[in-house]
Parts: sequence; structure tokens; C-alpha cells
Amino acid sequence: MDQAVWLTFLVGVLAATLRVATPLVWASIGEVYTERAGILNLGIEGTMFLGAFVGFAVAARASDAGFGGYLWLGLLAAMAAGVLMALLMGLLSVTLGVNQHVSGLGVTLLGIALSLFGFRLVFGESSVLPSVEPFGQFSIFGDLPIVGQVFKQYLLTYIAFLILVPVAWWVLYRSSFGLNVRAVGENPEAADAAGVDVYRTRYAALAIGGALMAVGGAFLSLAQLGAFSPGIIAGRGWVCIALVIFARWDPVRATLGALLFGAVFALQLRLQTLGFDLPFEAFLALPYLVTILALAIAGRNAPYPGAYLKPYRRE
Amino acid sequence: MRFRIERNPSPVWLRPLIPLLAIVFTMVLTSTLVLLVGANPFAAYYYFLVEPLSSRVSAIEVLVKSTPLLLTGAAVTFAFVGGYWNIGAEGQLLMGATAATAIGLQMEGVPPWLAIPLMLAGGFAAGMLWALAPALMRVKLAIDEVVTTLLLNSVAFLIVSALLNGPWRDPVSQWPQSPEIAASAIFPKLIPRTRLHLGFIIAVVVIILIWFVLTRTAFGLRMRAVGLGSDAARFAGIHVDRTLLTAALVSGGIAGLAGVNEVAGIHYHLIDAISGGNGYTGIIVATLGTLNAWGVALAAVFIGLIDTGAQSVSRALGVPSYLGGVIQAALLLVTLAFLLLQHYRIRRVR
Repeated sequence: MDQAVWLTFLVGVLAATLRVATPLVWASIGEVYTERAGILNLGIEGTMFLGAFVGFAVAARASDAGFGGYLWLGLLAAMAAGVLMALLMGLLSVTLGVNQHVSGLGVTLLGIALSLFGFRLVFGESSVLPSVEPFGQFSIFGDLPIVGQVFKQYLLTYIAFLILVPVAWWVLYRSSFGLNVRAVGENPEAADAAGVDVYRTRYAALAIGGALMAVGGAFLSLAQLGAFSPGIIAGRGWVCIALVIFARWDPVRATLGALLFGAVFALQLRLQTLGFDLPFEAFLALPYLVTILALAIAGRNAPYPGAYLKPYRRE
Repeated sequence: MRFRIERNPSPVWLRPLIPLLAIVFTMVLTSTLVLLVGANPFAAYYYFLVEPLSSRVSAIEVLVKSTPLLLTGAAVTFAFVGGYWNIGAEGQLLMGATAATAIGLQMEGVPPWLAIPLMLAGGFAAGMLWALAPALMRVKLAIDEVVTTLLLNSVAFLIVSALLNGPWRDPVSQWPQSPEIAASAIFPKLIPRTRLHLGFIIAVVVIILIWFVLTRTAFGLRMRAVGLGSDAARFAGIHVDRTLLTAALVSGGIAGLAGVNEVAGIHYHLIDAISGGNGYTGIIVATLGTLNAWGVALAAVFIGLIDTGAQSVSRALGVPSYLGGVIQAALLLVTLAFLLLQHYRIRRVR
């Protein structure tokens, strides 16, 4: 291939990397917050699903009604739905203290079933998939060659990398709220003794996480696709579960992991469209296998939050 | 007003009623969705719970639907009782289905009495193999099995997808699916002109076996002891690691059988939707059945009833059939909460 072809290829892969990584950054930072508070929220897949659906349904109806800010209204509704799912997870895992894995899976199953049910309810069984005019892309580098094309992205992508990541890092490590979150996830008894409200802090972390996961889902329906389909999330929530462990529960490393996955995904997609015959599934299986391998290597030293999977009951 | 949750075991007679209470409560909750569609909840629950049983054909269909659930429910139960949180029944099922297809495709000219046991053994072994890595990691490295078994579900799905898009792609079909397995490898029908097949008998035998193992053998006693607390079990001289490993592998094997069941009993070829979510639904069945073999059997039939009923509600009242999925998921969450009543009570404190 000559140089120009290579350059187009590279630009395409880099731009797609950022796009693929965006929902993973939103959702995995959400999962970092929940897990740092001591709760493995396996409801992530269903929360992203519900976020994608509610965001799309509200946006589509608002758009039909002629409301100009329909996409933002949809995004807001998705966040609200994410918070509701998180509160349900909190009711089960924080207040009642039942088994986190099973209740998380239940929340996922519920989120998916409610979305599919709701989709039929709102849009009926029409043969044409309903759609909305999605968020547009723009570049902060304007029409500059190369960088202009690589950074032609959605606003939610810019917000994820330029605002969400630093803010999430700062809140978790530098604010007193973040200290409380880490404390209740590490040693809830000690946090309680120090005057931290364990229940409230865990609920707050869950709610933040749920809202972020829902934005991750809504990014797909409101920005990337402008539509909703049953295959929209396609296991991205489970990729985030893997990323969070791979990132050792750190928001910045989770972002790097998401970029890495985005790059691998974008690369295989491009190579496929160029006609290379690849078992693309092998690329897609990488985040899971790498995470399991990383866990096996870290073994007993994997830095799980101290109170991971443990409910807290004040005696 | 504040409430406190405090330890206080419920009377024994109440315990079998807890899942029933959970079912009733879930029905009340989900009737709000029925009202949202503009249908009558009583009519809806008639079509959900009674109508499928009113004709012979649809009653048999309930058993067809519950067959894989009996197996995945048994698989999950076997692991959970031993304190091994196998979330990977879905992946183990997929691997069982893959093995069944691999064997079934080669069974041309082999008599059924040989082909079918071969497929069952292959499916069981494949499910076990898929459960092996997380189980070893738990036992040898103390790595929590929840995440590893969960992530391997996605990997199993990708393997099936790779096979269907690659070497096993049926050139005749426009969908990614494997060629059909040999006729001699297909499970015989139990009742002519219905879909009820040999897999149902196999599932019932598995349920009886896990009942026997869990309640009537020393191994079952050890498993329950480990499930209640591995430290205490270790002090009692039980080989905790060996027990956990066995629980995990047998659980994976049973889930693998569910995969064989779907290939040889229902579809006759491999598709990427072969599991139909039955691996995850097995967790609902096991929870609703309170990790008890007979409870699991009842729960599997009940969920099979909801699955069948969802179609009739949709036909008769225009309620989207996805309501069945909502009921099942809500039922899992409500049951989890209600099961706390076994050990706790909620008291008002002033």
C-alpha cells in the first residue's frame, strides 16, 4: 500500500478507536465508582440497555412533538432511568444485603426485559425501525488535515475524555466524598466508626455509577446510531466489568483499557472491511481473556476493594 | 419511622410458602405494566397461568419449554449449594451445544443407541471443561469465580459465532447456522406430533440424581457444609477444595447437557441464539426453587408456563410477549428479597 492509503487507514482506525471507547469509558467509570464502594454491580449490562432505550424513546417522542432539545431530554431521561436501576440495586444489595451477583444479574435481566417490552409498547410492531436525527460530530481542530479528521467526534466523546475522566479521578482521590466511597468499600466498619454513613455513601456511589452507565448506553442510541435495536449493547457491559478489574479499579487506567479495546476493535473492523478474512471473534474475546489472565497472574494479590461483595449490616 | 432488619428465623412451615408469596407479589407488581398496555390484569394472568394448561398441545409445550430450565436450574443449584457462585451456566451450555454439534455432525450411519450417549457424554465433558479454569482459579488462587465464569460466557458466545461464520457455516442457509446433525443423533420424540423429546426424561433423571446426591449422600452433606461456610467445613475435616472443584465441574457438565438438549432435541443444528438465555434463566429457576431439587423442578415448570403463557397473552390481549421476561426478572429480585424472611424479620424501631 502506498503512503496515502496507509494514512487514511490510520486516521480511520484512530477516529474509530475514540468512538468505540466512548461508551466503555462512561460505563466503566460508573462501575469503578460502584465497585470502589464495595458493590459489584452486574446490573451494568441491563442499565446500559435501559439507558439506550429510555434515551431513544424519550428523544423520539420529544422530536415528534417538535421539541428542539430532544436529544438532551433523552439523555437526561436515560440518566434518570440509570439512577432508578441503581437505586433498585441499592435496595437489594445495600439495604437488604442480599447476594450481589445474583441481584446484579437480576437487575440486568430486568433492564433488558423492560427495554424490549417498552420498545414494543412505545413503537409497536412496525417493520421500519424508528430513528431520530442523532448528535452530530465536530472537530475542535476544524478542517485541519489528519488531526481534524481523527478528532471529528461526538460531543459526548469530548465530554468523556476531557471532563469525565479528570473529574472522576479528582472526586475519587481528592474529595472527601471520594474518600468516603473508598472507605466504605475498603472497610465499612471503620468508616462507620469514623462517622461516615455507609448506606448513604454506597447509595450515592451506585446512583452516580448508574447514571454514567446509562449515558454509555444512550451514547449508542442517541449519537452513534440514532436508533434502538435489541442487539445494541451486545455485551459491552461485560466488557466494562472486565476493564474495571483489568484497570485495578482506577478510572484513568479504565479509560486506557477502553482505548486499548477501542483500538483493537477498530483495527479488526477496518481490516474486515478491507477484505481481510479474519476470525474477528478472536479480537473481540481479547478483553475477557486478558482480564482473566491478569487475574490469574495477580492471583491473591489482585487489589480487590476490601469489602467487595460483602453487604454491610450495622449491628 | 425507621426499620431494622434483625436475625430471627422464620417458622419452618412458612419456608416453602416464601416463593409462592414472591410469585403473588411479583404478579401484583407487574400488573401495573398490564394496565399500562390497557389490558385487564386478571385476563392477562388467566392467559399466562391457565390457558396454556387448558389444551393438551400447549400443556406439553410448557414441558418442552421447561426441559432446558430443569437442566440449567439443576446446574446452578448444584454449584450454589456448594457455595460456588457459577454464573457461567450460559457459557457451559453453549460449549455443550458446540460439542453436541461437533459429534452429531459425524454420526451419519451410527445407530442412535451409540450416537445419543456419545453426544451426552461429549456435551457433559465440554461443559465441565468450560467450568474448569474458573474453578481451578478459585481453588488454587482464591480468585472469585463470579467474574471469571461471567466473562467466559461472552467468550463461549464468540466461539460459537466464529464457528458459525467460519468452518461450520451451512452454505445453503442465509443465516449463520451449522448444517443439520445426523438423523440418528436427533433425540426421539416422546409423544408423536409434539416437540416433547428424550431430553425431558434426561432432565427429570438429572433432577432426581441431584436430589439424591445433595440430600442422601455423604458428598452432598459435605457440599452443603462447604456452602454454609468453608472455614467451619475445613475445621470439620472436609476437603474444601476438592468439594468445590467437584461442585463446579458437575454444575458445568449439567449445563453442558442443556446445550446438547437444545441441539439434539429442538434445533438439530447450531445457531448463535441456541441458548435462548436459558443459562441465565437457570439462576432464576434455582433461586425460585430455593436450591432444592423438587423446588427447582416446580420452578422450571412455572417459568416454562410463563414462557408459553407470554405467547398466548400476546396473541389474545396484544400485551407484548416480552412481559414474560419482565415477570421472570422481577420474580428473581422479589424472591431474593423475600428469601431473607427465612432468616430475618423487619421490625419497626422508635
